[in-house]
Amino acid sequence: MSRPAGSAAPARVPKLRRGRDAQTNGVHYPRWYWQSFAAPAIAWLLVFFLLPLYTVLSIAFGTVDPILRTPVPVWQPWWWTTAHVAEGLDKTFGLFQTVYLRTFGYVLVASAICLVLGYAVAYYVARYAGRRKTLLLVLLISPLWISYLMRMLAWINLLQPDGYVNRVLTFLQIVPEPVGWLEGRGITVILGLVYGYIPYMILPVYAFLDRIDVNLLESGRDLGANPLSTFLRVTLPLSRPAILAGLVIVSLPMFGDYFTNTLLSGSPSTTMIGNLIDDSIYTAGQQPEAAVLILILMLLLLIPIGYYLRSTARTAAAR
Amino acid sequence: MTETTVAEQRRVEAAVPAPRAGRLRRWWSNPWRKPGFLKAVTWGYLAWSILPLFVAILISFNQGRSNSSIQGLGLNWWWGDPSGSLFRDPELHVAIFQSLRLSIGTMLITVPLGVAFAIGLDRWRGRGSGTANFVMLLSFVLPEIVLGVAMFLVVVNVLEFLNLGTVAQVVGLVTYQLSYPVIIVRARLLSIDKEYEEAAMDLGAPPRQAVRRVLLPMLYPAILASFTVVFADSLDDFVTVRYLSGPASSEPLSVKIYNFSRGSPTPAINAAATFLLFATTLVVIVGYLAYRYSTRGQHRDELTALGQV
Repeated sequence: MSRPAGSAAPARVPKLRRGRDAQTNGVHYPRWYWQSFAAPAIAWLLVFFLLPLYTVLSIAFGTVDPILRTPVPVWQPWWWTTAHVAEGLDKTFGLFQTVYLRTFGYVLVASAICLVLGYAVAYYVARYAGRRKTLLLVLLISPLWISYLMRMLAWINLLQPDGYVNRVLTFLQIVPEPVGWLEGRGITVILGLVYGYIPYMILPVYAFLDRIDVNLLESGRDLGANPLSTFLRVTLPLSRPAILAGLVIVSLPMFGDYFTNTLLSGSPSTTMIGNLIDDSIYTAGQQPEAAVLILILMLLLLIPIGYYLRSTARTAAAR
Repeated sequence: MTETTVAEQRRVEAAVPAPRAGRLRRWWSNPWRKPGFLKAVTWGYLAWSILPLFVAILISFNQGRSNSSIQGLGLNWWWGDPSGSLFRDPELHVAIFQSLRLSIGTMLITVPLGVAFAIGLDRWRGRGSGTANFVMLLSFVLPEIVLGVAMFLVVVNVLEFLNLGTVAQVVGLVTYQLSYPVIIVRARLLSIDKEYEEAAMDLGAPPRQAVRRVLLPMLYPAILASFTVVFADSLDDFVTVRYLSGPASSEPLSVKIYNFSRGSPTPAINAAATFLLFATTLVVIVGYLAYRYSTRGQHRDELTALGQV
């Protein structure tokens, strides 16, 4: 419900009790009626979402069975031990430092490419597609329906030493001999990330640009701005929230991505944070390390996640 | 100035070729000029995003063993090869059914749970609803590896009765997918007034009936969309499902593709991925047709709605 500012309800109106009295028009729902709809899902999230997250904490701050090497979660925060966490932080700034920096670098470059390319495509489709708009939208949405694996597999096929990419490049004499694209090259991983996540950038930006009032742009032109300065001084500032939302949506999964790297490189020279987690999960006795790595990852993502949740709450409130 | 002089001046201007910079400037500041560069970028992007998929599909019909070049077309890796083709390799054969079992199970649990959650969240305006909504959105934005590893740790160390395997996989998928029906149904609920149910209740319907016979039918399109999204997405999921897999027979097709893509895969892996692609496409088309049918005669803007999800 949108409520214009300044039209706050008169102060004297008695506060309605939640539940029975909250409804209008004399229609009465039983107490806890709507809550009962949400209850099963809330119970589900408590047991299968919040409990697992808390388990990560209790294992990260827990101990390890000395004989079986299995983690012993410690549930009470006042009995937590910090050995695993200290070790994890130690590694973050030591052994794993390059991995963290590399992850940031890859995500930064890939998100920037997603933004520039995605914005251009979204802008064209929103403003100039004309009759072809539906076709273009279907083509833009289709990658979302296609398995990520299928899309990576396509590049595994194309980038083989005797694959079509190398054949074209050697035929055009751009490279003298076939390049081992899949043998631990950062550029392949970055292109894989862009290929995988760019649709998630294009759609929110498109949805936003499509809603910009054309009159605003025309008044910019009427006031003497050329297309470039109309874009720079009207469209771009207006679309700042969409750009930020797109960047968050694209970079969050990239930070947790391990499979793009496994599929397109698999070499230690391109390892990302996700790979550290994925590797430690399958190594005996390393579950606490995986838990600590998950905690560090969540800590790093706190700001973008917080931004996303806040802006979503704000849009919901504006409705 | 008389008319002749103006016309003359124009003729003179036309005859003398404008300096290059002037023409450029005029082209640059013409607001109606065709956005040629953007057009090229867009179609280039689309080609880049879609052509590789056609190559991958073609390779699944390869006669030879190569997964990088086409050596004649045929159904060798779908059916022909007695031990290595998609439908006859015992491992892949089992995986197809595991994929279907997981997605159908997930869909049947997630959608009712999520639809009820959405209705509850939308109508219940208390302090608790904000928290519940926050937790739901958190499950939506966290990278999947976080949820997958957390579920793995809880199944292995705490809720041990959920052995790694089908049950644990479905539980993990439901948790990961739960936010989709909630978001889709809530978007629809925003456009439905409370007055419909209230009218029904004024006419004597008890609350349960008002929801079941008035509100729910209005939500059918959103519910259909949720079924489609959840089914298609769980069919393709390999992160959560992989962490929660038990014995090799509990790995669905997506996990097999992931495991086999390393090393030197045969085109049977392409056939498996293409099979998933066809299955998803079929589900989306059926879902879309059912959606059209359930919203016949109404104003739709599903494409923009999809963009906002």
